[in-house]
Amino acid sequence: MRLIKKAANGLWLLSLVAVLTACGGNNENEAGSLNEGKDTISISGSTSVGPLAEKLAFNYEENQDVNIEINQIGSSAGITNAISGVSEIGMSSRDLKPEEKESGLDETVIAYDGIVVVVHPSNKVDNLTTEQVKQIFTGKITNWKQLGGDDKEIVVVSREDGSGSRDAFQEIVGYTSGELVKSSIIASGNGNIKTTVATNEHAIGFISFEYIDESISTVKINGVEATAENVLRQKYSLSRPFLFVYKKDHLTDAGQQFIDYILSPEGQAIVSETGAISLH
Amino acid sequence: MASLPIENQTTNNRKSNKKKYFLENVSSKVFLFCALLSVFSLLLIIGFVFYKGSHPFIAEGYSFIDFIFGTDWVPSEDQFGIFPMIVASVYATIGALIIGVPVGLFTAIFLSELAPKSMAKIISPAVQLLAGIPSVLYGVFGLAIIVPFLQNNLGLAKGQSLLAVILVLAIMMLPTIVTVAETAIRAVPKTYREGSLALGASEIGTIFKVVVPAAKSGIMAAIVLGLGRAIGETMAVILVAGNSLIIPTSLTDSMRPLTTNIALEMGYAFGTHQEMLFATGIVLFSFILLLNFVLAKISSRGGN
Repeated sequence: MRLIKKAANGLWLLSLVAVLTACGGNNENEAGSLNEGKDTISISGSTSVGPLAEKLAFNYEENQDVNIEINQIGSSAGITNAISGVSEIGMSSRDLKPEEKESGLDETVIAYDGIVVVVHPSNKVDNLTTEQVKQIFTGKITNWKQLGGDDKEIVVVSREDGSGSRDAFQEIVGYTSGELVKSSIIASGNGNIKTTVATNEHAIGFISFEYIDESISTVKINGVEATAENVLRQKYSLSRPFLFVYKKDHLTDAGQQFIDYILSPEGQAIVSETGAISLH
Repeated sequence: MASLPIENQTTNNRKSNKKKYFLENVSSKVFLFCALLSVFSLLLIIGFVFYKGSHPFIAEGYSFIDFIFGTDWVPSEDQFGIFPMIVASVYATIGALIIGVPVGLFTAIFLSELAPKSMAKIISPAVQLLAGIPSVLYGVFGLAIIVPFLQNNLGLAKGQSLLAVILVLAIMMLPTIVTVAETAIRAVPKTYREGSLALGASEIGTIFKVVVPAAKSGIMAAIVLGLGRAIGETMAVILVAGNSLIIPTSLTDSMRPLTTNIALEMGYAFGTHQEMLFATGIVLFSFILLLNFVLAKISSRGGN
């Protein structure tokens, strides 16, 4: 009995010590980050702007004594966070809606992005008009044969309702969420659409320029290739702004400096590196 | 004078008793606190989901009937109908039961009645390990293996379908059904089997005519638990369902169950859209509650 008691006591002690050291460790860590006195800029929003913001932040943090936290949670959620003050800056890949503007948000365009229509690499169709894209996504054209391709049923892949990419795409192409063909596959995120299209010969979807690679093939719109130059020359129609949105009174000096950095030639050089389209 | 040490002793005893009772009291309070914590979490979750989810119907004038029976879900155009998703959830769950229950039940029977010890030693841990695999891995497996397999072999335009969901869910519910049913079958007294065998019944005949009926309530519980697992599964389903907003009319249609709707859109939703996703949660919750009542009924009957 005694032995068991001793053992039990020992265990108690051990676990106590473990808990205490764990707490101690945490405290030290917290103290450590506080002591450095770094400013923290919290940014959240669009999964399309996210990769670009990550890269900008990474380069910015190398030279500045600042800590940038980026959460990719979607445009709408990021804008909501910027309004409520949960995040200092929200990232959006679509224009602000009227009710969002009313809540006193300021916006800065940090780059432009093109949306590209993608199909399986084996697909022979390489050019579509905006009207054809609309008819495909609203279910009026249902076979690749009608577009000069193989006799195959078209499988439409779209983003989920609320996604900034989807809002922008629908707005430019000219159809509404209600008109989207009901049997379309709904995938969350650019990467997910890419994988779905890359593994299905029937599929057609849309993604940001940044996500283009060999696994899918891109489609020209109205005969114009999806390239950055064509977006800046305003020839390519499927493009949209990347926005940083914030409330003036929530924006710290550190936040303002980060935005200034992005708009500087150095920042814009990184923008073009990531596949987004720089302002210059 | 002589009585003093005795008094001392009794006060000492009292002291140590007090200390003991104090410790006893404190520990029972700690345990009570832990127990209340789960009740508290449950109430908090129910309260939060119901508060958020009922708001559009109470304060914003949306009709709950339209919500349940509406066939259009277009949040950006203020249309919230989850009927296709309810149908999808029900179809997927029933389909998974049709495949999962026989396989799971036969596995349980094999493990408890027929399997040689050496073989049970391999199969049992394998089944239990299956329960421990994170559900997203089932989804990845479904997306990488089952979806292309269906697409290529059935000549479909897309493999994301009701059938793919059913197959994934059937595999996922196996461990639940097998372990619970196995325990129930093992609990059937040996005398039943011996009696039946002594009367000249065959081994298989004994199993199906005597053992399984005797373990009926336990097996029913296994099925209901499996059902709960299937209807609540999200991550695996989101990858293989296709998430289309149609009422599935064939096994090869892509569809969107209730769970998937919440997980897919919660990240982007705000305002009424978000509240409607909570309302979807209420419907899902009602299904789970219903299942739990059925389960409670079954186990209480089993007890009698």
